[in-house]
Amino acid sequence: MSSYNLTHLAQLEHEAIFIMREVAAQFEKPALLFSGGKDSIVMVRLAQKAFAPAKIPFPLVHIDTGHNFEETITFRDWLAKDTGSRLVVRYVEDSIKAGRAQEEKGPNPSRNGLQTITLLDTIEEFRYDACLGGARRDEEKARAKERFFSHRDEFGQWDPKNQRPELWNLFNGRKNVGEHFRVFPLSNWTEMDVWQYIAREKLDIPSIYFTHQREIVNRNGVLLSKSPFITLLEGEKYETRTVRYRTVGDSTCTGAVESDAADLGAIIQEVASARQTERGTRADDKRSETAMEDRKKAGYF
Amino acid sequence: MTASTPAPAHQHTDQHYLAMDLLRFTTAGSVDDGKSTLIGRLLYDSKSIFEDQLDAIERATEQRGEEHLNLSLLTDGLRAEREQGITIDVAYRYFATPRRKFIVADTPGHIQYTRNMVTGASTANLAIILIDARKGVIEQTCRHSFIASLLRIPHVVVCVNKMDLVDYSEARFNEIVASYSEFASRLEIPDIKFIPISALHGDNVVDRSAKMPWYQGSALLYTLETVYIGSDVNHIDARFPVQTVIRPNTDEHHDFRGFAGRVAGGVFKVGDEIVSQPSGLTSRIKSIQGPSGDIAEAFAPMSVVMTLEDEIDVSRGDTITKANNPPHVTQDVEAMICWFSDKKLVPNGKYIIRHTTREAKSVIKAVRYKVNINTLHKAEGDLEIGMNDIGRIQLRTAVPLISDSYQRNRNTGSFILIDEFSNATVAAGMIL
Repeated sequence: MSSYNLTHLAQLEHEAIFIMREVAAQFEKPALLFSGGKDSIVMVRLAQKAFAPAKIPFPLVHIDTGHNFEETITFRDWLAKDTGSRLVVRYVEDSIKAGRAQEEKGPNPSRNGLQTITLLDTIEEFRYDACLGGARRDEEKARAKERFFSHRDEFGQWDPKNQRPELWNLFNGRKNVGEHFRVFPLSNWTEMDVWQYIAREKLDIPSIYFTHQREIVNRNGVLLSKSPFITLLEGEKYETRTVRYRTVGDSTCTGAVESDAADLGAIIQEVASARQTERGTRADDKRSETAMEDRKKAGYF
Repeated sequence: MTASTPAPAHQHTDQHYLAMDLLRFTTAGSVDDGKSTLIGRLLYDSKSIFEDQLDAIERATEQRGEEHLNLSLLTDGLRAEREQGITIDVAYRYFATPRRKFIVADTPGHIQYTRNMVTGASTANLAIILIDARKGVIEQTCRHSFIASLLRIPHVVVCVNKMDLVDYSEARFNEIVASYSEFASRLEIPDIKFIPISALHGDNVVDRSAKMPWYQGSALLYTLETVYIGSDVNHIDARFPVQTVIRPNTDEHHDFRGFAGRVAGGVFKVGDEIVSQPSGLTSRIKSIQGPSGDIAEAFAPMSVVMTLEDEIDVSRGDTITKANNPPHVTQDVEAMICWFSDKKLVPNGKYIIRHTTREAKSVIKAVRYKVNINTLHKAEGDLEIGMNDIGRIQLRTAVPLISDSYQRNRNTGSFILIDEFSNATVAAGMIL
């Protein structure tokens, strides 16, 4: 090789691997937050690369709301097994039963906010001092302000007005007892980068990312999947549509997009010409102008 | 503005997309110089704003009772920022053209947020400095340029904005170029370009403007797409700070002991003779493993794992180098610092220093001088360093740092200071 240049995707890969190794080196008990969605799948691959030929040195942790797409859960269990990783699952349902969280009322109660409670309890239970997450700055305007190493106080709170300056490649992971960090190695990746990487690495992903037939109800422009967690309102009915998912969260707040993209090439073309953001299909972000910031301040991932 | 249209799909075809490189840039300018408008314009005209984002800022603009679409709402994402209409913290934005991918660090213009400007500048290849054509070179311009120079941003593009408000006057533009050039001669910025623009109307931002036929240069976006950044990385002095040691302890890899890290400078090849600092022990590179398997050579900024021929003692914080090109290994460091904390620097105070992958105690032995960042002169008789101040200090560290001058290498020449009680990052340092 004569010119020492890296393509942008390679630069992002090297950067993410560097961050993961900093986490392994600077913290006692890190964990990788894993939902079975595309970003966390990329995270697992990067973690494998960062520590090869050794195994990934931290467990995969999933905060299960109980409102999942079945395909994602099947995939989650398969990937943990396939990579030989330890999978820790904690359930929002248990937090509700224990009286630590209270179910929302209304036609499609979301457990999105409740996830924070279970997550913070899990962090305390296992004494995790750093949680790696697949959040990206291009997802949402509050996330655009996020650091790679994001300090959380003893209540798990994020203080966006008082973040540690982050310079060069120097990451300050020092903290007091009880505090922890959220770390986001994919900060500089875009949705397109993630798809290109999945294609380049030939990664398996849950089937719901590809086109399929599904029973859908259109609620305020969000195409929600038929599920036991949704009560139809007057005048609403399910209809079969050809859809896929661009982002995967809870089935109660993640909308499908109409699409016939059957392979990664078609998905990439679709994302390239998309006129809506990825999170445009997430009802949880539309609750207020600062919905994400407010959730993050409280300790959301 | 017309309705946004989707990006042309061809720019994302696999081969093309996978071959693109990356430019990181930062913007600087004082509060009303139109930074957010310029970024909004770049994103908008490069089709990087989505319809729902546009809808959201249209709704927010309307709710605020403002007349013109407020593009700054795209980057000011925090509640407090939107309330006050100012940028408090760095926001990162991403966009791509068929030629290149871009990471923009949108940093605040207020003096009280100098630390965030330094944050944005620390990883940038290029800085855009905005000047209001009506006001010309002002204190803020000098301060931003000084920070760009101090942080060694290799390329600076000075955008003389609001040309529409000075009748697109060539004479006014030339006047500003002359006065900036005179000021910049005292700085160390290797590459400066000047572009007359109107961010509001889009003149010379994405397309060449018909209103300034006297301007022969290229539009801003073309400049960003084509500026040569291949030589911004040090490929001469081989430096490999070790992050962690990989020992699988499995039957398959029983004896494997690999040193994981990110190349901070130079090139390492399999077979190269190496020296581990600070121990001075030598060996030879047996293998280099990149993210996708074994490779013959590694260069900055690659993250790799190296194995060595001999069982020498190397651990986190050590740096692998080559014999013919040693770094400085010393406990006494002269450096420029930018202070971030509202707690003033304590003379003879102890701070944790973090340099490459090494963390140690350090003590500030002396404050040599403080810089008046508006005049670039030494502040006479004032050695008190507080929030947003820049000065020169002497440090003594508990263990030797394996360093280069910041001028030579941004990775091995930079450090941060951490308050040992609050754990806050209180200063950024550049080794002289």
